Amino acid sequence: MLDSVTSWASECSTCVVDFATSQLGVSVILAAVVFGAMQGVVSYSIYFERKIAAWMQDRRGPNRTGPLGLFQPIADGLKFVFKEDILPNHVDKVLFVLAPTLAFIVAFIGFAAIPWGGQLQIGDRLLNIQVANPDIGLLYLLGVGSMSVYGVVLGGWASNNKYSFYGGIRATAQMISYEIPMGFCILVIVLTMGTLRLENITLAQTGYWANGLIPQWNVFLHPLAFLILFITVLAETNRTPFDLAEAEQELVGGFHTEYGALKFGMFFLGEYAHMITSSAFIAVLFLGGWHLPFVPWAQPEATQWYAVLFKMGVLGAKICGFLFVMIWLRWTLLRFRFDQLMRMAWLGLIPMTLALFLLTVGLLYFDKHRSPVWALGGNAVILFVSLAYVAMSSKPITGRQTNMPVISEREFGGSQAEVSA
Amino acid sequence: MIRDEDIIEIREPTLSATERLYLPQILGGMKTTLLHMLRNLLGGEARTVEYPEQKRDLRVANYRGVHRLNRDEQGRVACVSCFMCATACPADCIHIEGAESPWEDREKYPVKFDIDELRCIYCGMCEEACPVDAIELTPHYDLVGRSRQEMILGKEELLSIFDETKAIKPRKNPRITGYLNTGDRDKPGGCDAGGCDSGGCDTGAPSA
Repeated sequence: MLDSVTSWASECSTCVVDFATSQLGVSVILAAVVFGAMQGVVSYSIYFERKIAAWMQDRRGPNRTGPLGLFQPIADGLKFVFKEDILPNHVDKVLFVLAPTLAFIVAFIGFAAIPWGGQLQIGDRLLNIQVANPDIGLLYLLGVGSMSVYGVVLGGWASNNKYSFYGGIRATAQMISYEIPMGFCILVIVLTMGTLRLENITLAQTGYWANGLIPQWNVFLHPLAFLILFITVLAETNRTPFDLAEAEQELVGGFHTEYGALKFGMFFLGEYAHMITSSAFIAVLFLGGWHLPFVPWAQPEATQWYAVLFKMGVLGAKICGFLFVMIWLRWTLLRFRFDQLMRMAWLGLIPMTLALFLLTVGLLYFDKHRSPVWALGGNAVILFVSLAYVAMSSKPITGRQTNMPVISEREFGGSQAEVSA
Repeated sequence: MIRDEDIIEIREPTLSATERLYLPQILGGMKTTLLHMLRNLLGGEARTVEYPEQKRDLRVANYRGVHRLNRDEQGRVACVSCFMCATACPADCIHIEGAESPWEDREKYPVKFDIDELRCIYCGMCEEACPVDAIELTPHYDLVGRSRQEMILGKEELLSIFDETKAIKPRKNPRITGYLNTGDRDKPGGCDAGGCDSGGCDTGAPSA
């Protein structure tokens, strides 16, 4: 009896170990770990956002809850949970509840396609440290990323409130405009790399140029595309200077005016999770993902468990860098006016990215698409031409009128004279 | 009729080439915020104060916080219950009940003197209206209470605020006692012409 139990137990434990070391097992474990870790990172990114804002404004920031205010995210989370969950009478009940849920879920499932740490060797098996490694990983991320606007739009629509509705409409118009340059930037990378699989895009960036001095990261190939993709990501995550969907001064709270308690918390977490997904996305596309030049642990050949952890740390550090820049920009820049936002997308970014796209196609035709000299030269030419055009055009990019005709004295005096006569 | 010479033409300054490019301006702004952040991280001082532990240095002379009711030299309430403050009050938050004074140097004194600190807008008009400088605003601003009733300060509370604050803000122009007997208190050589700092005007006892 006892023997049968122990044998069953040992069988079961080997079966558990088998499962844990299979690709499916790794994916499930990774999904759970990443989901949990991301919740923590999201709450603490809110804490750091407040801290950094305080430092930039010569304040102290949250410092009452625990040492250095470190328990502030926990207090905030508890507050979200324990507040009364109000469902206003005038809202579309189904969509009103669906919107924050959608914003939250969509922001988190994007993590599935991010290659976190190359490959892990257990015994003779090589396991991908990635929840899923689909052929169309890039398209998946792109699709999931664009779905994040549904939370905002549905929230604005379901609230049955004109300010929320304006917020939703603004978010839609902004998303439609900024998806175009974003798509072009991604196309540039897809054409250069020749693959949509994110792990392969990372692997293709692990080589070196110039006798092993410069890593083959795409940012050294197409810096302009990198910059524009970052700008469009800011727009897509509704961050300042593109946070018109929730412009407090104009729209009360924008799409989340009617939301409170946990539903607002989900919007909030979703926004920050989306920032993290987008940062990981840019890091994979342009900064070599988990690759770090000259460090043996961050090379594709290193498949030990500690190397995998190190690679995850490298990608995490790159994500944190992007998060910092996003926060930094938020506390530096003013919000765009809506027409400025549109002018920047349609008259600035789309022509530039279109030129970049044509450049890449041309380089591909002449088989120079992996040559940094040609790509960098092309980027520089496009940047220079665009800047020269902006500097010479009569209307600056902010839309400010510099050459407004002055009402002539004669016209003004004449009409006055007639009136008095 | 608007004359030509009255018209002022205002034009926006034209943008320079770098300002039109917008990017250099953004980078300039980012530099500013980053420098501020680094300065604060590397041991710089924040401009804020840690409120409950630390308090701002206020300009004691003219900060308009909680009211106090002044005492004269003999410790009596300085108010003569003339209702000038209650009349001047735009928020209608001062409630006085006057009665005949037990002292010889004035006609009336307040039996009740209530100020609703929640209604008060801290404009300081009562202080300006008071002919005997009995009501003054103090630098105290952290007044708290658990109920609305608690925030209505009575005569004794207002007097105790005077006791607390007279060290940091002495009664500036004590000229109450004796005016009844001297007649015209604004006459030359009186309080307004100086000599008040020495307390010469209000020796307390009736002079004539």
